[in-house]
Amino acid sequence: MDINDKELLSKFTPASNVDAVEGIDKLQDEEIKKLQQTGIQLNEEERIGSFIQTNCNVVHCDCSVSGVELLPVKDALKKYDGLSDYWWRLVSKDKDIFTEETERNLDNGYFIRAKAGEKAVYPLQTCLYIRNDNVAQKVHNIIIAEEGSELHVITGCATHPHLTSGLHIGISEFYVKKGAKLTFTMVHNWGESIYVRPRTGVLVEEDGLFMSNYISLKGVKSIQTYPVAQLKGRGAVARFNSVVVAPSGALLDIGSKVILDAPETRAEIISRTVSNGGTIIARGHLVGKARGVKAHLECQGMILADKGIIHAIPELEAHLDDVDMSHEAAVGKIAQEEIEYLMARGLSEEEAVATIVRGFLDVKIEGLPPELEEELQNAVSECQQGGI
Amino acid sequence: MLQIEDLWVEVQGKEVLKGINLEIGKGETHCLFGRNGSGKTTLLMTIMGFSGYKVKHGKIIFKGVDITRLPINERARLGIGISFQRPPTLRGVKLKDILNICGNGGHKGREMAVSYGFDRFLDRDVNHGFSGGEIKKSELLQLLSQNPDLTLLDEPESGVDIENLNVIGEMIKKLLQKDIHRGRKKSGLIITHTGFILNYVTADKGHVMLNGEIYCKGNPVEIFQGIQKYGYQECIKCMKCNI
Repeated sequence: MDINDKELLSKFTPASNVDAVEGIDKLQDEEIKKLQQTGIQLNEEERIGSFIQTNCNVVHCDCSVSGVELLPVKDALKKYDGLSDYWWRLVSKDKDIFTEETERNLDNGYFIRAKAGEKAVYPLQTCLYIRNDNVAQKVHNIIIAEEGSELHVITGCATHPHLTSGLHIGISEFYVKKGAKLTFTMVHNWGESIYVRPRTGVLVEEDGLFMSNYISLKGVKSIQTYPVAQLKGRGAVARFNSVVVAPSGALLDIGSKVILDAPETRAEIISRTVSNGGTIIARGHLVGKARGVKAHLECQGMILADKGIIHAIPELEAHLDDVDMSHEAAVGKIAQEEIEYLMARGLSEEEAVATIVRGFLDVKIEGLPPELEEELQNAVSECQQGGI
Repeated sequence: MLQIEDLWVEVQGKEVLKGINLEIGKGETHCLFGRNGSGKTTLLMTIMGFSGYKVKHGKIIFKGVDITRLPINERARLGIGISFQRPPTLRGVKLKDILNICGNGGHKGREMAVSYGFDRFLDRDVNHGFSGGEIKKSELLQLLSQNPDLTLLDEPESGVDIENLNVIGEMIKKLLQKDIHRGRKKSGLIITHTGFILNYVTADKGHVMLNGEIYCKGNPVEIFQGIQKYGYQECIKCMKCNI
């Protein structure tokens, strides 16, 4: 049943009205396992630090590298006098009912700043976790990669394994300054009746690089996400990779937009989507507004089960002649020819399909824990059961 | 090894093979000549069991087993392997993965890739951006890992430059055990247009296919020289005399 945005907001209890756990040591084993499957390393192996928020409580916030500042965003607002240069600068606070609500009743969120020249070797992890039923969690995150810095943030968003319903609103504003490099990997691992409304803005300055990896493999009621990146300095680069599986009952409206607003900027939006009975809208919009820009958009979709829908909407918008922009979109079932090619090498039909789907979803993202790799394999075998 | 009896095959509702009879013994290599569209590839694809190649009549027997209705992978397991002329690209599936699949988990793939100077392709997606010669090498490496008893090769020399023909020839010789002269066990059926491959690989018998029928059988080199000199038209005439 469809529900409008206003009903959606009123349906859930604000996270601030429910108790949350005091620390991560209080989490149950099955919760820990779920967080690991969402990309979170609770032992912090190969992580420079962690931020973990359950409902509205920040239960862990610690970074071992002095060149990277990590704070709950409410603390950062106090420390930096309202963060006026960064707060609601890339996402408009009156954009929609979700941004307005977050502005009014903020739960918390993270503030991360890589200081100028700091090059972090390992990722910093953040986790936004909804632990109780029928809760609306509202967060606002800021990441700043100062001049010449390098940072990888892995964010895992999840709900308690037994949760029946919930809403997550996440405002994110990312600033990539001159020559800086920010990789942002987001793993969504929600429950079947969870609504998710991220609102994200990114600004990339001269020679900066923003790279986004987005993974959602599990059931969810609906996700609507459409980050917008503005490339404001010469030579800035933005890359968006998405790997998405929509099981039956899920509506995933995902996409991104890049505005190439300075000479010689480059952008790439690549999505690999698999419908296992759910609906996927794969959007992408490239806007070329300066000389010598180069941008490419690729939406590849595979439908493995009846009733699955994939709607690819690639858009190219050029404002002058000196641009090089292209797109490629393909949606359909697995080519029989590919299945039979592998069968001729000795695989059964099921094994051949699994191999092709695994290859299709194969993304090389550094720093993901083995649990997440396993989840990817599980998603492939689930796809297969739906597909054959 | 392989017996084909009065095989009639339809592709997309069109009769393509019209009563093929063919027998390939253990250790024998046969060549199949013929114009484009004569049905050569259809014969190979039907032996392997691909969908879209509908057997209307006749039998394919391999090692004494009637495989006419068997799924592709069971034919592969029985010992039939095929090299495609234009194989599909498999995105995200690496050459090393498919060599593993072919070798059924064995680890010979990497070794062989090294020995044929192809190891830098192991981490590439199968056939993605491969040149003509690279595709053939990749196909033959897969077959070498698979180690079939009957190898079906669809124009193994097409798109291969002169320098690489030698390597391709070596790979085929290895597949067909051309280094063994007594007690050779591996058989092959090779489609060739240009006949170049005969300079590298010896064949025991040649067949000429025209309009879905096999017209002529004999010494492959002689047949090929005849085709070069007189064209396929002469085969038809010759066949008519024989009737």
